[in-house]
Amino acid sequence: MSMLEAKGISLSYGGSNIFEHLNIAIPDGKITVLIGSNGCGKSTLLRALSKLLKPASGEVTLNGKDLSSIPAKTAAKQLSLLPQGPVAPEGLTVLQLVKQGRYPYQSWLQQWSKEDEESVQAALRATGIEELAERSVASLSGGQRQRAWIAMTLAQQTGIILLDEPTTYLDLTHQIEVLDLLQEMNERDGRTIVMVLHDINLACRYADHIAAVKNGAIYAQGAPSDIVNASMIEEVFHLKCDVIQDPLYETPMIVPHGRKKTK
Amino acid sequence: MSKYKTIRWEKPKLSYLLEHKTLWTTLILLLLCIAGAILSTGIGSQFISPVEVVKSLIGKGSAMHEVIVLKLRLPRIVVAILVGAALASAGAVLQGLIRNPLASPDVTGITEGASLGTVLFLFLLGGHVSVHWMPVASIFGAYAVTVILYLLSWKNGASPLRMVLIGTGLSAAFKSISYMFIIASPYFLADRAMTFMTGSIYGSSWEKDVYTLLPWLIVLLPATWLMARHVNVQALGDDVAGSTGASVQRQRLILLLLSVSLAGAAIAVGGAIAFVGLMAPHMARKLVGSSFGGLLPVSALIGAVILLVSDLVARTVFAPLDIPAGVFTAAIGAPFFLYMLYRHRNQ
Repeated sequence: MSMLEAKGISLSYGGSNIFEHLNIAIPDGKITVLIGSNGCGKSTLLRALSKLLKPASGEVTLNGKDLSSIPAKTAAKQLSLLPQGPVAPEGLTVLQLVKQGRYPYQSWLQQWSKEDEESVQAALRATGIEELAERSVASLSGGQRQRAWIAMTLAQQTGIILLDEPTTYLDLTHQIEVLDLLQEMNERDGRTIVMVLHDINLACRYADHIAAVKNGAIYAQGAPSDIVNASMIEEVFHLKCDVIQDPLYETPMIVPHGRKKTK
Repeated sequence: MSKYKTIRWEKPKLSYLLEHKTLWTTLILLLLCIAGAILSTGIGSQFISPVEVVKSLIGKGSAMHEVIVLKLRLPRIVVAILVGAALASAGAVLQGLIRNPLASPDVTGITEGASLGTVLFLFLLGGHVSVHWMPVASIFGAYAVTVILYLLSWKNGASPLRMVLIGTGLSAAFKSISYMFIIASPYFLADRAMTFMTGSIYGSSWEKDVYTLLPWLIVLLPATWLMARHVNVQALGDDVAGSTGASVQRQRLILLLLSVSLAGAAIAVGGAIAFVGLMAPHMARKLVGSSFGGLLPVSALIGAVILLVSDLVARTVFAPLDIPAGVFTAAIGAPFFLYMLYRHRNQ
């Protein structure tokens, strides 16, 4: 049994069903990547898995317990979510941002305990932004800023981290940097990572498990080399492509067809 | 980390991280506020030196000075400090809550709601009911507008952007209704209503004003400060806040009520003094950053100093005319607002 599981969940928004009776079990200690075309419901699924959205029917379970019945702060110690393109208020420093990750552990009287300080320091160290602690978040480069936000979720000390498109708005160098960082978190601390990615080739490189979402249902899921092939990509993305092997990682790599070249 | 002071006790178990810069800024502003208050108390139709003012305060001045200082001038000074601090705190909460640096009680319609409450009181009940009930009408108006604001902004939760847009609309609507009543009312009532809508602390007294406002602030300011970490986490956005386990909507409602109560109480006593709630939190943010635990006290002190100075200017420069202090906060506030719009023009 896995820690985080969606059992027959249905969710509708504005009258239309986003998904119906969807099942997914997130493998523990692995990196799971959700892929799918725009508007297929993968971000919504991520929010449902994180308690931000309550499914209309069915349940999301954390350790076998219904997530919606777990108190918010208790859940926040086991599960954190980094939404897409978060914005920090003007003048907020990196340290102040990362400190917010300690929110579920704090109270009126306890706002900077020894554990808080140690977790924040560890998060800054892990993301390599210790020297930037006093800088304002707004003054950082895109890659540094994303690392600061990831540091905040790390400071939350959760076994499961959900990230919605953590590489959007980043150039390729910084995309790799962020994904390497997340992989390191996963390998070193055994944290379960679930993220939405748009780049299928990067998804294949970093994911242990890929779930392809289509029309509000899981179309296929499994190890990248087992499920990523030309017919699956065509079904999910309506895109014709060739699938070759990544020369470096030996994972599947897609070569999309275009207007000028098809087979 | 020498820029910070860590406080950790075992009994009772408590721990805080304080920034040295914030501590020093708060201390300096506090001294500035006290010095300003003493100086301002001495300035008037009869000048009293700061030393004499302090002597009177501790009961060692001449009988005449004690009457002037304690009975006549000090209530007005204290009211300026309290009203300024309350308006600034209300603004600081709203700016954190709505995540918009231009938010303030003026923009969200709270000020106009309180004004309408007062105008209606003067128009409908004036002459029948004691004016001591006027603050109740003002606070009631502030709450009424908040209820409407909240209900209209609600769609699976109250979103900050909707609150700003709807607040701006409500503000304009309530102001128009107030003017409609003012135009229709007899001259002496119109005059009083206009003074209220500009904001004046002329003729403040211990019983009527200070003792009305003080209990509110003694409860509301510490309560707001205790909510600081909720404001901080809300400032990161609803999803991030929700993911850290914050009850976003419930805390937003509590913070909104705190802000409205602070603004409503201040307006009830000082009238619709504009721009303090906008300017003070801004200046505070420039000085100590956006962390709310430090931002709130610094905002409150800056608000107190702004109103103290505005009122001093208003009652002395054109003496013997006593101009409403709100004229001067608006005179500084309006250019400041334009400057802010200019600075944010590219965002």
